[in-house]
Amino acid sequence: MFKNFFISRKSIVFTGAFIGIAAAILQKLGNPANMGICVACMERDIAGALGFHRATVVQYIRPEIIGFVLGSLIAALIFKEFKPRAGSAPLIRFFLGILAMIGSLVFLGCPWRALLRLAGGDGNALFGIAGLVAGILIGIFFIRSGYNLGRNQRTYPFTGWILPLVMVGLFLLLIFKPQLPTGAVFFSSEGPGSQYAPVLIAFIIALAIGFLAQRTRFCTVAAARDVILIKDTYLFTGVVSLLIAAWLGNVVLGQFNPGFQGQPIAHTSQIWNFGGMVLAGLAFTLAGGCPGRQLFLSGEGDADAAVFVLGMIFGAGFAHNFATASSGSGPGAWGPAAVIVGLIICLIIGFSMSNIGKKEVSV
Amino acid sequence: MSEQFDVRGLSCPLPVVKVKNKLMELKEGVLEVLVDIGTAKDNVTRMANNNGWKVEVKEQGEDYLLIISR
Repeated sequence: MFKNFFISRKSIVFTGAFIGIAAAILQKLGNPANMGICVACMERDIAGALGFHRATVVQYIRPEIIGFVLGSLIAALIFKEFKPRAGSAPLIRFFLGILAMIGSLVFLGCPWRALLRLAGGDGNALFGIAGLVAGILIGIFFIRSGYNLGRNQRTYPFTGWILPLVMVGLFLLLIFKPQLPTGAVFFSSEGPGSQYAPVLIAFIIALAIGFLAQRTRFCTVAAARDVILIKDTYLFTGVVSLLIAAWLGNVVLGQFNPGFQGQPIAHTSQIWNFGGMVLAGLAFTLAGGCPGRQLFLSGEGDADAAVFVLGMIFGAGFAHNFATASSGSGPGAWGPAAVIVGLIICLIIGFSMSNIGKKEVSV
Repeated sequence: MSEQFDVRGLSCPLPVVKVKNKLMELKEGVLEVLVDIGTAKDNVTRMANNNGWKVEVKEQGEDYLLIISR
């Protein structure tokens, strides 16, 4: 059955491979190095384009993010899975989004880019991936201890349409590039923000990814989580497929440059590559999925996932305004402190919303 | 008579974790599970199948009723 194809092992392998090859091609077509796709970086660029931070080198409205949400929306509508829902601890999810972005920008990439950096030969990504797994392990500890943000509820259809409509609005800003007296909308003239694949190609590829990922439930955090928590390798196979496909794509396109020093949009401060991703991995696990997954859930009407996405965009503004984001030369002035404070906040969320040290609370 | 277990509205991976724990207690028999979104339906079905349970999926309004048995 067609419906069942999408949850077969073949389909997740195909989805992973599609994303990996798409990322290599998007890089070839102009996206920044080892950043064919990076959900965190691309949301950060959008935050910059809207003027939420002043880092002039990372300001661009990335059509990939828009395509992910709208591709998922299309799949959800076709397969009758668009189910507007909301109300599961939105404020906590907003803060988890902020912390996930802060952690990602200390490492310089989300879980997707961690894989793509490795596929491009960036050895520093190994420390990020190790951190990611460590963060997921801490999250699993809380889940096993009854961690629960509470149930969401069905809500008015319009609630589920809000983030997709925001994406349509962003797309219009990207196409028409209006210039206000304030300088907005901001588009970088140099740096990573000035490097991008042709808008329409990037958008169509992202629509396809959004569609496939909604159907297959692709998630880079659940990939590791499910292997450990429920001994299920389905999503893990997809992530391995992504890694291999991106690596092969990079080799073919001449984009594979193995090493640690001088890697693009990366630094060699391994303790903070690791630490940043511990924070991100924990925040994503506590929120139920990786940043890509949060976009796909938003597309199918999950307003709590949409709040997480908005938290990430807010977090990007904070990270650059308060110097917690890293640069190629190393962590920002407040980066290490932000990771430590962020971890403490995540631990408080984990302990206070699980059954540790108290009688069972059912939410 | 089987029991109906409601995991609607819970974030990933709670539906699958809660159903798995329930099945481990149950060992054999029938468990009816109510889920609301496709991801939870797929995850629970795959986990149950991997652990030697049969799953029948019925659409029930906007939700899915999973009848898990062995």
